[in-house]
Amino acid sequence: MEVEAAKYIGAGLACIALVGAGAGIGSIFGNYLAGAMRNPSAAEGQRTNLLLGFALTEATGLFGLLIALLILFG
Amino acid sequence: MANPLQQFEIVPKIPLEVGGYDISFTNSSIWMVVVLTLAAGIMFLGVRKMSLVPGRWQNLAELLYETIEETLVSSAGAEARKFVPIMLTVFLFILLANLVGLVPYSFTVTSHIIVTLAMALVGFSAIVIIGFIKQGPGFLKMFMPSGVPIPMLILLVPIEIVSFFIRPITLSVRLFANMMAGHVLLKVFAGFVISLGVFGIVPLIGIVAMTALEVLIAVLQAYVFTVLICVYLNDALHAHH
Repeated sequence: MEVEAAKYIGAGLACIALVGAGAGIGSIFGNYLAGAMRNPSAAEGQRTNLLLGFALTEATGLFGLLIALLILFG
Repeated sequence: MANPLQQFEIVPKIPLEVGGYDISFTNSSIWMVVVLTLAAGIMFLGVRKMSLVPGRWQNLAELLYETIEETLVSSAGAEARKFVPIMLTVFLFILLANLVGLVPYSFTVTSHIIVTLAMALVGFSAIVIIGFIKQGPGFLKMFMPSGVPIPMLILLVPIEIVSFFIRPITLSVRLFANMMAGHVLLKVFAGFVISLGVFGIVPLIGIVAMTALEVLIAVLQAYVFTVLICVYLNDALHAHH
């Protein structure tokens, strides 16, 4: 196999990491909404935790994307 | 299409070499100076005319200060209040570096791992030193979860040690990966705008939306970096249970 082709396949595979990030972010916002619907008065106080969780989850997906970019352009 | 990583290239502006080390004044240094000037400027304007009813700049400075103080006290306790100035400095530097990087033709200081890793390592070393000063050798107890049977400890202690020492790496990679991935994404989409001609309006709308998301991420990542250092500081100040 040519090195160039293997590079593109590897970059594509590395992007699978984003599946987990997508599922995680969906789970965070979904659970937040479910909780907020049950107890709307407590929702406001948890918004910081929501955004914190979002940022932490999103970062794990970006690690994968980073590897993909490094393979492609590094 | 131009290489989307080209924007992260470091170009020496004033070449300098001392004792075999390249310490040139680069474009990264220029933007660092810009960021520091902005941070100092905001705070200077904020405290120039102190009044009971805050003006616009004082309001901004108070908002930033109170956010960091509240975060620090809620995650590391009241005795962490003396660390507010350093935390505010870290937060302001990262926040402004991220935001300044979103301005077209500028340079994102935090998109280089060396910058974020240096900041994370300084914070991490300081926390280890503070931990040993506050708790003495008892600081090492944080690697030993209490109430765990001894056979389990053989497994748990190495995990705890690794997860402790990996902290500066995850902290710095998180910030740097977010900044780099965001900017590369914007540049890749910008390439589509040109190559699609008239239909380039579609990715253009995408870029506008994504820039808004990037502003949110810039603020969030600065906050996350600060909050995580606060949480780690809590381990150093209070004995582990």
